[in-house]
Amino acid sequence: MSEQRVGVYVCHCGHNIAGTVDVEHVAEWSANLPNVVISRDNKFMCASTGQEQIEEDIKEFDLTHVVVASCSPHMHEKTFRNACARAGLNPYLFEMANIREHASWVHASDKDGATNKAKSLVSAAVHRVIHQEPLQPMQVDIRPETLVVGGGIAGIQTALEIADAGYHVYLVEREPSIGGHMAMFDKTFPTLDCSACILTPKMFDAGSHPHITLLSYSEVEQVDGYVGNFTVRVRRKARHVDEDLCTGCGSCWEKCPIKVIDTVFEAGLGSRKAIYRPFPQAVPKYPIIDVENCTYYKSGKCRMCEKVCPTEAIRFDQEDEILEVEVGNIVLATGFQLFDPRRIPNYGYGRLENVFTNLEFERLSNAAGPTEGKIVLRDGVTEPESVAIVHCVGSRDKNYNSHCSAICCMASLKFAHLVMEKTGAKVYNFYIDMRSISKGYEEFYHRIMEEGASFIRGKVSEITDAAHTPEEEGKLILVCEDTLIGRPRRVPVDMVILSAGLEPRADAQEVGYMFGAGCGDTGFFTERHPKLDPVATVTEGVFIAGACQGAKDIPDSVAQGAAAAARVLATISKKQVNLEPVRAEIDESRCSGCRICNNMCPYHAIDFIEADGVSRVNPALCKGCGTCVAACPSQVINGAHFTFDQLIAEIDGIMVDVTAGALEVV
Amino acid sequence: MSQKTYTYYPGCSLQHGNHAYEVSNRAVAKALGFELAEIDDWNCCGATEYFSLNRLPAYALVARNLARAADGGATEVVAPCSACFLNLYKTDKHMKLYPKLNDQVNEALGAGNLSYKPGTLKVRHLLEMIITDVGFDMLKDRTRRPLYGLNFAPYYGCLIARPDNVLDSTEQPTLMDQMIEVLGAKATDFHLKTFCCGGHMTQISEETAYGMIHRIIKNAVDSGADAIVTICPMCQMNLDVYQGYANDMFGTKYEIPVMFFTQVIGLALGLSPRELGFGQEFVNMSGLIDKIQSSPPPKAKAARRPKEALPMPVMPE
Ligand SMILES: Cc1cc2nc3c(=O)[nH]c(=O)nc-3n(C[C@H](O)[C@H](O)[C@H](O)COP(=O)(O)OP(=O)(O)OC[C@H]3O[C@@H](n4cnc5c(N)ncnc54)[C@H](O)[C@@H]3O)c2cc1C
Repeated sequence: MSEQRVGVYVCHCGHNIAGTVDVEHVAEWSANLPNVVISRDNKFMCASTGQEQIEEDIKEFDLTHVVVASCSPHMHEKTFRNACARAGLNPYLFEMANIREHASWVHASDKDGATNKAKSLVSAAVHRVIHQEPLQPMQVDIRPETLVVGGGIAGIQTALEIADAGYHVYLVEREPSIGGHMAMFDKTFPTLDCSACILTPKMFDAGSHPHITLLSYSEVEQVDGYVGNFTVRVRRKARHVDEDLCTGCGSCWEKCPIKVIDTVFEAGLGSRKAIYRPFPQAVPKYPIIDVENCTYYKSGKCRMCEKVCPTEAIRFDQEDEILEVEVGNIVLATGFQLFDPRRIPNYGYGRLENVFTNLEFERLSNAAGPTEGKIVLRDGVTEPESVAIVHCVGSRDKNYNSHCSAICCMASLKFAHLVMEKTGAKVYNFYIDMRSISKGYEEFYHRIMEEGASFIRGKVSEITDAAHTPEEEGKLILVCEDTLIGRPRRVPVDMVILSAGLEPRADAQEVGYMFGAGCGDTGFFTERHPKLDPVATVTEGVFIAGACQGAKDIPDSVAQGAAAAARVLATISKKQVNLEPVRAEIDESRCSGCRICNNMCPYHAIDFIEADGVSRVNPALCKGCGTCVAACPSQVINGAHFTFDQLIAEIDGIMVDVTAGALEVV
Repeated sequence: MSQKTYTYYPGCSLQHGNHAYEVSNRAVAKALGFELAEIDDWNCCGATEYFSLNRLPAYALVARNLARAADGGATEVVAPCSACFLNLYKTDKHMKLYPKLNDQVNEALGAGNLSYKPGTLKVRHLLEMIITDVGFDMLKDRTRRPLYGLNFAPYYGCLIARPDNVLDSTEQPTLMDQMIEVLGAKATDFHLKTFCCGGHMTQISEETAYGMIHRIIKNAVDSGADAIVTICPMCQMNLDVYQGYANDMFGTKYEIPVMFFTQVIGLALGLSPRELGFGQEFVNMSGLIDKIQSSPPPKAKAARRPKEALPMPVMPE
């Protein structure tokens, strides 16, 4: 080995590290590690002065390798690799020791211990780095097509932005129509503009855009490939209607004799037919046949829709179609699902008929809903004289979801307004804390207070029909502790609206897994960085937008949709993307052809080459996970940047006795 | 089933005021083929008060019973009273959770040459034991007098349901509801099934206590019940003995019998009222026997919802 010259930089990170770890001592101590020619500490290594220091030292001291001891590589590995590259050093000759997340933050109460651990980590990095070799990233072309999964407001926004820029989008939506939850609403806070009026033009644009292929009533089944070159298999569920012939005239669903309660679009409060279009402004306009409820699929009889269809578009024998599309980037915009309030039996939803969910109320209040916008009790006729709105149902509650659903305070205010405007009923809001944080929201809160809604600060412990007094007879009684007056209260009302929270979709985990996006502890998709990279995921080329990333309102969903589109457009216009050169390689001269690695590889990146009798890694598919490296019985697979030499050296380094004066491997 | 013997902690109430419970427990045990072997020289569990007065002696008092039970080699102990059950359960659990408490309690037990290792005993309530170990199939099989036509409000009380979920739900348990149906009767939709009966509040504030008692009785009657079924002597006493006082205070005339669940099982098994300790209650329960019908009453048709009514939420599978 020719002469190695390592530079070590220990970061204070303000007080984040220096408050616990004796940074100066670590830097001094590190100067004595083998091959180290310069060791420094610095308040903020990531600042330009820190980076410039590295660049200058590389030139002045002729450094061959660099170690920075600071935060997680997720945070700043790129930063320092770039600094090295600017000074002419191959970026893979750099190594990072994480003495913040792995030392100062987790051992805040043990300064000596944290300092010793920091020394071990630096030593490990110094020992390892000299074995690192220059690597060149692989460049791949980016396909200009994009897949957007989920046609709610977030997905629609993403698709339109990309398509408007001239690139093709496949928009996959599970339901028969795009629109998502927003299509169900009557008005939207805080401006109270009609939800349909602002949404349907966008739906129409998405449905008719020359650059958007709308795959409604479809689902993604498989994803292969990598950034720039994904192959996606989509199942187009059979509508049983020929889209080329159907005009959406409506004769079929008018005449269909089977009525079904619509638990999706009408939130269970209204009905649809067995052949149906979820709502008049649906995009696309074609109906589908609900095979589970259609008489024809049960008894082979009826065929009413077929008889009345003027264009002969009904296709009872239509089958699912499988479509394969090639895309360069993917945006997940799969949204949320509503918390099921039956999980809180003391709120009586499902048992007490005049307890409604927020989504039910949206349909109740919607002019196109089952009551044509009349706010009435479950009997369908009686107008309530008093209404309670319960906030935080299933949110901010350790028994269910600890997160705040972000939109319920505002949606509850919206409900209060609509109830008072349409019925003149007395409205009570039961809240824990009011959260009206975005633009125009606090003003909206004040407006509703001035309109006369009552606010009771206390978590409702139960909703009951068990009356104590004659006045409570026949009413729903909300029991809570009013924390502002410090007394228990019982408030009798005619109607209760539960502001049920926003949850991750039940299948978020599986969907995330398919696309390589993880779910955090709340179950929503995890962004690459919570502050600095909120729409990317850990998988290159896979982005997230809208309520699938966390509970949020429409403005934030739209903003994220646009942000994800901008990220996609940026990679498309670069035309090429660099792939990490960290991947596995098989020494074919020593490969016995046992094929154990073929099946181990989670990315199907290893093929067996019959002609040569050996296995070979497809570098574009390999993600460098190391599974095959560990599995190979002949130990002939090398993981670049994670070689045996490097790992053994790292272990040697961490075994150095950091408390002794002498630097000996123990 | 081979004759199984359970280590049994009857508790003070069953010795005196609620002797009927003890009588029916023994009768039902005999009929179902298991034995209840009383812990030798047991003592009071401290009821609901002692823990709030002086904690360490309270734990030690309860632990003495655990120690005596475990001494006989038992691995589980069954209590028919919810307060006893909770105190035994809680002491065992807390001794395991808090090593310091464990040391202190064992030091106290040491004075009487006793010791207890938490986790040795599984503490069970008689209701849960009968439902789990005897099982619904066996209950159905042994039923000689199906309780057709009777409607029971299943009253669990607050102590068994909380804080730990030893039944199927803390808020709306259904195990006893299911048991009632297995015996041929109907369990009513009784919303206050896990509400507090007032406990010893009758001795502290009559107004508060009668309010709590009254709401439970009213809700049970409103639910269409012919009788309330209890699993705790405290609950039974409050609802039965103080029913008249609560009526006086609220100007009502409720007269609903309050039975122990083993009395209900016993009736269905065909045991005689005398064998089940009938006659010791304030609100007479013998009249119920005449109400039993010879065949199941026709299923009440679900009330038709008017055409303009909105659908009720669809209940999950
Ligand atoms: C009762 C209520 C009232 C509200 N009122 C307001 C308001 O007044 N103002 C406001 O700003 N916000 C409001 N919100 C919040 C608003 O609903 C959300 O911000 C918004 O719907 C989020 O949009 P989205 O596209 O991310 O998700 P969604 O609207 O949930 O759309 C997601 C779409 O993806 C589809 N999908 C899901 N999984 C898949 C899959 N695997 N494959 C294909 N497609 C899939 C779904 O079918 C759906 O169409 C309200 C929310 C509720 C519950």
